[in-house]
Amino acid sequence: MPSEIDRSGISAVPAVATRRDEATGFFQGLVSKGLGWARKNSLWQYPFVTACCGMEYMSVASARYDIARFGAEVPRFSPRQADLLLVVGTVNCKQAPVLKRIYEQMAEPKWVIAFGVCASSGGFYDNYATVQGIDRLVPVDVYIPGCPPRPEQVLDGLILLQKKVQAQQHKLIDRIPAQLAAGK
Amino acid sequence: MSQAAAEALLARFPSDVTRAPVGPGGDDVVFVKKERIADACRFLKEDPALRFNMAPYVTAVDYLGQEPRFEVVYNLYSSSLNHRLRLRVKVPESDLAVPSVCGVWRGADWFERYCYDMYGITFPGHPDPRRLFMYEEFVGHPLRKDYPLRGRQPLTPEREVADLFRGPGPESRD
Amino acid sequence: MSTHSLGPSESTPPLGQQALDAPIDSQEMVVNLGPSHPATHGTCRLVVNLDGENIRKMKVDIGFLHRGFEKSCESVTWGQVFPYTDRLNYVSSIMNNVGFALAVEKLCALQVPDRAQYLRVVSSEMHRICDHLTMVGAMGLELGAMTAFLYAVEARDLMWDRLTEICGARLTSNYVRVGGVARDLPDGWVEKTLATLDRTAELRDTIDALLTRNRIFMDRTRGVAVVSRADACEWGYTGPCLRASGEPYDVRKAAPYLVYDRLEFDVPVGTRGDNFDRYLMRMEEMKQSDRMVRQCFQRMEPGDIAVRDFRYVLPPKPQVYGTIEGVMAHFKLVMEGIQVPAGEAYGYTEAANGELGFYLVSDGSGRPYKIGLRAPGWPMVASMPVVLKDALLADLVPTFDTFNMIGGEVEQ
Repeated sequence: MPSEIDRSGISAVPAVATRRDEATGFFQGLVSKGLGWARKNSLWQYPFVTACCGMEYMSVASARYDIARFGAEVPRFSPRQADLLLVVGTVNCKQAPVLKRIYEQMAEPKWVIAFGVCASSGGFYDNYATVQGIDRLVPVDVYIPGCPPRPEQVLDGLILLQKKVQAQQHKLIDRIPAQLAAGK
Repeated sequence: MSQAAAEALLARFPSDVTRAPVGPGGDDVVFVKKERIADACRFLKEDPALRFNMAPYVTAVDYLGQEPRFEVVYNLYSSSLNHRLRLRVKVPESDLAVPSVCGVWRGADWFERYCYDMYGITFPGHPDPRRLFMYEEFVGHPLRKDYPLRGRQPLTPEREVADLFRGPGPESRD
Repeated sequence: MSTHSLGPSESTPPLGQQALDAPIDSQEMVVNLGPSHPATHGTCRLVVNLDGENIRKMKVDIGFLHRGFEKSCESVTWGQVFPYTDRLNYVSSIMNNVGFALAVEKLCALQVPDRAQYLRVVSSEMHRICDHLTMVGAMGLELGAMTAFLYAVEARDLMWDRLTEICGARLTSNYVRVGGVARDLPDGWVEKTLATLDRTAELRDTIDALLTRNRIFMDRTRGVAVVSRADACEWGYTGPCLRASGEPYDVRKAAPYLVYDRLEFDVPVGTRGDNFDRYLMRMEEMKQSDRMVRQCFQRMEPGDIAVRDFRYVLPPKPQVYGTIEGVMAHFKLVMEGIQVPAGEAYGYTEAANGELGFYLVSDGSGRPYKIGLRAPGWPMVASMPVVLKDALLADLVPTFDTFNMIGGEVEQ
């Protein structure tokens, strides 16, 4: 935490600041909403199943607690074809590079759900072998607690993710920001 | 449990085997000297009256503070004669090599690798002596009592593995 | 008109045909079925060396789900170990609980009341049915019969609903305590469970009709990955895989524990030791488990669900709040744990996959000194490179399914 905050530039910044590349007009907003709707209702998941939560994942994906009604029916076991990385179960230090590599292999736009407490925070395995939450490795959008979470809880988390996806800004053509392109 | 098996083993290897006090639940336990464990196991498997044909459950215990520090425990059982026996082998920290019983039962393979990975006990004669659970670059042996529960490991660089079969690891074991 | 064919004369071999039939020079290809793979049930890494479609060499790498079960248990009290044991074979958690409780009771020389024993058997067998349903469903799924999977998961969900009513959780139950079980049956549970068992039997019969005499299923599993009886013993197989190879060893019959000596049930034994036999073992064992649960309901009497001994079991709440002894006992049990006498013991039970063994070492305090777990799935997975030598790559997946490797127990 900084002991002093630099207040020299504050008076120069206007009260409401907009950034030009993030400003959306009316039609862009419509496109964004449309793409958001399409993307949230067709999340293709990569079930990175490791442990006990996998059993609840099987229940969620099956006929009774149907995840297909939310559009997320299709599990694609190739990261190239998936947009939702569903990390189900404990990730330990040996598995961590595998998870990171799979996340990197997925194409944008992509989201990550940490399914279960082991993925969210390491669960009660606070020891030498377990990664204390996958957010140490990959950015996570939604955390679903539970050991294992009930299927209804999982669906709740999925709906939360769908709201997040809808609210995000989607563009027809995603351009890399200029600084990143120049830097690489 | 099998008194008869313990007696037979004592009779066959009188200088290397000692009886342990009868444990809770009536388990029959004998202490076997480290050097003769493979011979004792072969005898127990092949003797027609004993026939411990199933691969045993092998594990190790770290009695930190006692000397000898480690103990390798073999829980033998026989499906045909339906009896069980436990062999305990004391292993001092100064000499962590225990003859492998993989030649007697192939199924002892992974149990011995587990003992190596978790405790550091080596098994000369084992066909594939590498770690079982932890990754190759892991430093230390986690189940030892002096390894902290929340031990953190130094970071290792991501590696490209040229030969998927051999995998990474010290060249000496290839 | 000559009827000779326009080919080479008979003194020289038909060169063209031979050259066409000679094997094409090919290289062996190494494929990594990595730790994140739909068919490797929770993280097993298989590296296969393929010659065409045949597996010439295979390497099995595990450890991707090693969660430090044994080390974690050394730092908690005996009663706190139960949730850790739940997550070993997570498809049939209560059996792990029961196995651990029996091992501790062996060390403590505790005798558990009858009703508690019946409850343990009922919940264990119900979880055994769940485990076998999961295995059969997953096998169907991975061979392309997704319908069987959906039926199996539906049946499993129904069983879990009943188990939720007694222990609170569908999957990781934490139902058993040292000295008994956690709570008694709710009212009307027995009737509901009998109805659930009937419905599960219907679903199981549907799966049976879909898979067992299915031409494709039989072609893919009969004669594949045959393990001989001697080999199975050599490798240390136990449970359905051992019995499928012809060795009739079942801990429930050989060394009966709980109330298994009072129940009538058969133990199926296979003949060939191939994938099909192992699958049939599971189907048949589900029927036997169903039989056992019904018998238990007939024989169960009302009674204590735990030993009335404050050294091992938490006292009932009126006594905790009302008497000094109750408060002290509760405090000691929670803070320090059950004082298990020093010594070592090996307790073994017949879990869904085979013999589940707990080797316990106690130093007399409330925390375990060592818990060694004998995972039933271990010998099967260790033997895979040998069993699958020269098999087709497509046979790897059903073999892996029938061995039923559950990551939680194999990788502790």
